[in-house]
Amino acid sequence: MSMPAERVADTAEAEGEEVRVPGRWSGVLYEVLRTPRVLFGAALLLALVIAAWVGPLLSPWDFAETDIIARREPPSAEHWFGTDSIGRDTFTQTMVGLQKSIIIGLLAAILTTAIAAVVGAFAGYFLGATDRVLMWITDLALVLPNFLILAILYPALRGKGWLVFVILLAALAWMVTAKMVRGMTISLKEREYVLAARYMGVSHHRIIFRHILPNMSSLLIVDATINVSAAIIAETSLSYFGFGVQPPDVSLGSLIADGSTQSLAFPWTFWFCTGLLVVLVMAVNLIGDGLRDALDPQSKRRS
Amino acid sequence: MTGTTTETGATTDTRLEPATPVLEITDLKVVFPGSGRNPDITAVRGVSYRVHRGEVLGIVGESGSGKSVSSLAAMGLLPEYAKVSGSIRLHGEELLGLNDRAMSAKRGSAISMVFQDPLSGLTPVYTVGDQIAEAVRVHNPRISKAQAANRAVELLDLVGIPDPRQRYRAFPHEFSGGMRQRVMIAIAIANDPDVIICDEPTTALDVTIQAQILDVLKTARQETGAAIVMITHDLGVVAGFVDRVQVMYAGRLVEAGGVDDVYYRTRMPYTMGLLGSVPRLDEEEETALIPIRGTPPSLDALPPGCPFAPRCPLAVAACSESEPGLDPVGAEGHSAACIRSGEIEENAWTARDVYPVPKIPAERTAQGPREDRETVLAVEGLVKYHPLMKGAVFKRRVGTVYAVDGITFDIREGETLGLVGESGCGKSTTLMEILSLRAPQSGRVVVFGKEAGAVTAKERFKIRRDVQVVFQDPMSSLDPRMSVFEIIAEPLRTHGHPKALLRTRVNELLSLVGLEPAHAARYPQEFSGGQRQRIGIARALALEPRLLVLDEPVSALDVSIQAGVINLLDELKARLGLSYLFVAHDLSVVRHIADRVAVMYLGRIVEIGDVESIYQRPAHPYTQALLSAIPVPDPEKERARSHIVLRGDLPNPAAPPSGCGFRTRCQKFAVLDEAERTLCRDAHPELWSIGAGPADQAAACHYAQEREPW
Repeated sequence: MSMPAERVADTAEAEGEEVRVPGRWSGVLYEVLRTPRVLFGAALLLALVIAAWVGPLLSPWDFAETDIIARREPPSAEHWFGTDSIGRDTFTQTMVGLQKSIIIGLLAAILTTAIAAVVGAFAGYFLGATDRVLMWITDLALVLPNFLILAILYPALRGKGWLVFVILLAALAWMVTAKMVRGMTISLKEREYVLAARYMGVSHHRIIFRHILPNMSSLLIVDATINVSAAIIAETSLSYFGFGVQPPDVSLGSLIADGSTQSLAFPWTFWFCTGLLVVLVMAVNLIGDGLRDALDPQSKRRS
Repeated sequence: MTGTTTETGATTDTRLEPATPVLEITDLKVVFPGSGRNPDITAVRGVSYRVHRGEVLGIVGESGSGKSVSSLAAMGLLPEYAKVSGSIRLHGEELLGLNDRAMSAKRGSAISMVFQDPLSGLTPVYTVGDQIAEAVRVHNPRISKAQAANRAVELLDLVGIPDPRQRYRAFPHEFSGGMRQRVMIAIAIANDPDVIICDEPTTALDVTIQAQILDVLKTARQETGAAIVMITHDLGVVAGFVDRVQVMYAGRLVEAGGVDDVYYRTRMPYTMGLLGSVPRLDEEEETALIPIRGTPPSLDALPPGCPFAPRCPLAVAACSESEPGLDPVGAEGHSAACIRSGEIEENAWTARDVYPVPKIPAERTAQGPREDRETVLAVEGLVKYHPLMKGAVFKRRVGTVYAVDGITFDIREGETLGLVGESGCGKSTTLMEILSLRAPQSGRVVVFGKEAGAVTAKERFKIRRDVQVVFQDPMSSLDPRMSVFEIIAEPLRTHGHPKALLRTRVNELLSLVGLEPAHAARYPQEFSGGQRQRIGIARALALEPRLLVLDEPVSALDVSIQAGVINLLDELKARLGLSYLFVAHDLSVVRHIADRVAVMYLGRIVEIGDVESIYQRPAHPYTQALLSAIPVPDPEKERARSHIVLRGDLPNPAAPPSGCGFRTRCQKFAVLDEAERTLCRDAHPELWSIGAGPADQAAACHYAQEREPW
């Protein structure tokens, strides 16, 4: 087997025959870099990021600029992705929308999963009062309709920018995963390696972050990848309530919402932004899928 | 169908060989095709055997030798991608190639199986009774639900479940391992099968329960007249229970024959190694066990020649040329696959002639008298009760589980105390109570002179350095997401070992337990069970503890591997001057490794003393029963012994019997007269010193009487 560690260290190691043992994270990094899916997904994501930020600079049209003589024009040399109903350049619009969606989608997904992991793991690990309080909050968040929460928060959060919006998105979506994480934690904490860690004096917090969460990384990664697309779609519906991306600002979500009404007659207003969303989600899925395998020593040896 | 079998059974008496064996397997091969670029794995490479009605065939071998796969093939339970060739005949009818529906009709009715793990064999969400009733109804759809339920109760009764009617409604998790296994047997015999395949049926169980289960299987054989194929790694179980035995290695039979021939006139070095690596209960001399070096070959790329050659001490150049066939040797029906079997026969070699016996260094600590040595761990009157709660909203206490009910013992420096007892007797709870280093509900735990309940968090953290633990299951005690280096470095990091020296220390530890530094970068699942246990031991030794708590450290390992780990523990103790608290259910292992033994029953210690006294002259009836229940890998001795088979299971620890906790199962109580029994019922016996003068032996029995177990 050619494993990272079996390479003889050729660096400043004093003993020539010393075997190089990678640290936990460098080992994972090495595995990640060896997984073609991750590399492909990362390349795809990088390409999208570059397109989103460099694209508008290359485009001859400005974001807010309207071309009065070209309304609902199909793609042409002048307007690469065509124009929308008031003559704005769809390419520029889509790329600006992509910027927002990448930031919001990725951040919200990671934040959602992180909240779920921490809440679930602490509730499941400590049980007792911690569990009751955390699960009470989770259940409350689960049963209260999102609409109600939004109605209450609307005056306070209106126009606070996308970061608040990301937090809001995460706050509305973490509960179910937290419950799953809690269940898995309860079974994981009975494993002997957790007991072993406890009896060697490792603190509870370290046990949670070193043993419990890494052992459910498959679940967490899958959850995070799903959350990316969910966050991008949820952002659209929240925009109706006046949060986050407001016109004239655009996101992929709002572009899709606008375009979907005229997707048959003027397909370019719909298909480009939808296609980019698909590509974005696919890139994230590839990364997540590969990451899951790379993190799991059991699966990676088999592939 | 049943009619013909009865006839065949009847003719057995008149003819020596009945016409058709119940189960006949010929040249069975099982190949698991590798996915992707992985090579194919040939798990079984040409196995042939036959069993007749009422016969018991033993198949022994280490894990991965193909013994389970060959029986799963007979049951048609292999995954669909497995390629099975050869022939499997049940009453002369070919089973191979039958579709799943046709096989399902046979499975559970004509041929049934008892699996090793009785917990995963039962569905946790159905009651055990319903699961047995289901097994009945699947093959007899016309039986009404009520009748099936009655039959289930009968079966529960037959396999020895007390209060079967009540226990019908119990869920699997409410049952002990032994009781679950009884349920599995009940399911297996529910439809009077012709062949029962038992895949390590007693491996997960305690000895007294093992004796019962073997009895149940004997009963099952008598009741159903079925042939039993007993797959096990325990050479003791096989010795007393089977008529013929076959030894498997790397997917092939390497030796087969009558049980006496194989045990006394062994012709294959592998079988010798297996027999030599078993710790013996019936032998007094303290010598190192004989481990077989190396591990079984991987079945995807077997080198040409004898697969055992790389591990064989007798290997010569010719061994690696071609694989020897299973040729007849010595007595009739005895055959072995070894080109040097003739030489072995001529020279009458045994395991000790063939295998190098490892040398264990002498104890480092000058073993002064026990009283003069420092007390490493003292437990006084330790109590752990679990409250039984009921009610969802308003919880109220409905009872108490007396898990540990006031136990007292101490361990001196350089000493090994073996804590033995059946599962559920509180030995694990005792360990956890000691390891938690918290104040117990009652009593005291004193570690290195410091009372665990009275120390600050900082002191407790310090004590943890000196007390380390090795767990039973080498699979679940190592974090699968961490490399071996990270696993062994974890205690070092936690206790602030200088970072620069981490690697040196880990390498040191790895070589101490017989692994290579190159292993540090791998992950636990790339190792075999024995190697994983060594990793666990390395982790426990990382902080140079003075007391090692071992929770069944070898019970999950194969015998030849187990011998290596026991030798390692012996050696470490001698070299590092460690003290061990060794919890085990295997009394032979305890005899080998321990200096003193404490026997626990129902949360109390019933007998404690030095190994010699306890094993030579057990005084408590329970100890006597325990020792008697252990099968010895010696067919003649085993047949000549009379086993004391205890009735029933451990009583419910929430409602222990009055007076002496053991009296419900006690063989001594049964022969006492009424007047004497009153004392057992009314008064709880305390430990009192047995034997002449200052002998280190105490038993908690009103009528304790030393008795020779052999």
